[in-house]
Amino acid sequence: MTALPHTAARTDRERTIRAAWMIGLGLLLLILPRLIYPVLALDILAWGLFAVAFDLLFGFSGLLSFGHAAFWGGSAYVTAYLLSNGQSVPVAMLGGTLSALALAVPIAYLSVRSAGIYFSMITLAFAQMVYFVALQWTDVTGGENGLQGFERPSLFGLDFSDSVTRYYFCLAVFGLGFYIAYRTVRSPFGQAQQAVRDNEQRAQSIGYNPVRFKFTAFLISAGLAGLAGSMYTFGHGVVSLDVTKWTTSGEVVMMTLLGGTTTLFGPAVGAGLVLLLRDRLTTSDLPVGIVTGIVFVAVVLFFRAGVVGTVQGWLRRR
Amino acid sequence: MNTQLLLIQVFNGLVNGAFYALLSLGLAVIFGMLRIVNFMHGALYMLGAFTAFALGQAFGLGFWPALILAPLIVGALGMVLERTLLSRLYGLEPSYNLLLTFGLTLLTQDLVKQVMLSQFAVSSAPYTTPDILTGVVNLGFVVFPKYRLFVIALTLVICAVVWFVIEKTRVGAIIRASTENPGVTRAFGIDVSKWVTGVFGVGVGLAGLAGVLAAPIYSVEPYMGAELIITTFAVVVIGGLGSILGSVVTGFAVGVLAAVGAAVYPPIANTLVFILMAFVLLVRPSGLFGLPEGAR
Repeated sequence: MTALPHTAARTDRERTIRAAWMIGLGLLLLILPRLIYPVLALDILAWGLFAVAFDLLFGFSGLLSFGHAAFWGGSAYVTAYLLSNGQSVPVAMLGGTLSALALAVPIAYLSVRSAGIYFSMITLAFAQMVYFVALQWTDVTGGENGLQGFERPSLFGLDFSDSVTRYYFCLAVFGLGFYIAYRTVRSPFGQAQQAVRDNEQRAQSIGYNPVRFKFTAFLISAGLAGLAGSMYTFGHGVVSLDVTKWTTSGEVVMMTLLGGTTTLFGPAVGAGLVLLLRDRLTTSDLPVGIVTGIVFVAVVLFFRAGVVGTVQGWLRRR
Repeated sequence: MNTQLLLIQVFNGLVNGAFYALLSLGLAVIFGMLRIVNFMHGALYMLGAFTAFALGQAFGLGFWPALILAPLIVGALGMVLERTLLSRLYGLEPSYNLLLTFGLTLLTQDLVKQVMLSQFAVSSAPYTTPDILTGVVNLGFVVFPKYRLFVIALTLVICAVVWFVIEKTRVGAIIRASTENPGVTRAFGIDVSKWVTGVFGVGVGLAGLAGVLAAPIYSVEPYMGAELIITTFAVVVIGGLGSILGSVVTGFAVGVLAAVGAAVYPPIANTLVFILMAFVLLVRPSGLFGLPEGAR
């Protein structure tokens, strides 16, 4: 994978810039439901975490998964199922996340041995299996109709029928998920993961087992994608078949690229931009697919560092 | 289940398999030669069907002229795309080709949807079978629509021709040389980039041809390639990415297997190919006909 230069040693200036980014984005997330309607803000959190999770694998391991909808969607269904069977919100979200992890074990086992485009195609095909299960297993998934009208019982006096309350609850979950991603990337594991990405032979020769690193990275990524998927279900109160479609896997790639891979919070920024763009487009006459298609093509051709990557590069050069 | 029904399913499977074979053949040619993973292949298949439909609506052209013209038009479009967009990504990871063509897929599907709605006032349209191929043939043991037999036969011929040209002729040798060692090939006075564009055009033209063939069986609509391309990717992984023989054999085999599977246990029909893929990967990670990854 063509990676952005990434050094372990950071200058003070870079650290200051990083802190400024974090604080700025944190403040923005705190006031977000006042700026846009809360359900859209919640979507941004869920898709944002999904994109960060995806980038843990794509940006930091160099593995382009084209089937991450399997974990996002699988978790979304399990969360909805648990909620509609009277489970509390934390139990449902945890159940969704764990089921995504469980699903990831065989998929990761079969796919991380392959590299490059093989890996993409294999993950895509596994995600299709999940899609067909969601389509056929109508007793549990509602088939074409999806699931809706499930409960979101109150928790510690928090009334989840209010979308602003839901948003702030999800902001805490997002914070937790983002922290896990941050710790992963900054840990010795994360450093080794990037070493494997940059030069597999060399990493192997100094004693790392590349397959094991990729496998672990896959699991962390899938688990966080699952957490994001459960957040999405909780936020919307409906699940449709779309959550496991291959276009969903493609969308998260697009968000990540637009924001900037390997920038950690870039993918979340990309998710926000795509969702805001789509929100604008639905109220205009422009067809959504044509505009998002053009944005995607333009990003791949001319703008591979993404928004955050470009800004960071620009700041670094000054 | 009686034998009659099983035979009909086998034939239906061969028809679906013909489309998998034609599409994965195009993908194999493009990947084997250019290392491009063309996610847009399904959209180009749809464009083939749509072009046939549009030629009929606008100029009153029937099936036979469309069968020649539509693949040429789609192939030409492919060459333009290769020259203007894909060629900018050579030297980068093949993943970027996948991403670019994914974006182009979204764009093409919605563009065709807009054109169909605004120009022809339909979102999905049937396409009539040519007169000479309507009706059925009695094969003795089974009665089968003529047109579907024609699809199977034509596909077999085309696959054989493509295999022969690439493996056995001078043109094939030039193509293989151009892609395996562009520098040396250029030194022999061969314009490599022209050959690359041409190969891409042919691969894409095959998708367009499959689209025209599909138009009378499935109706013409903007998303007709979307699900098909995913199954085709699974076929390609099973057969071995880039293997021409693998893609054709696996294409037909998967078609038949899915159809027979559907007769035995209907819900499994669409998933069977992916289950098969998982199984093959466990045993042979590089696919049935693929070379091990180190050998490429």
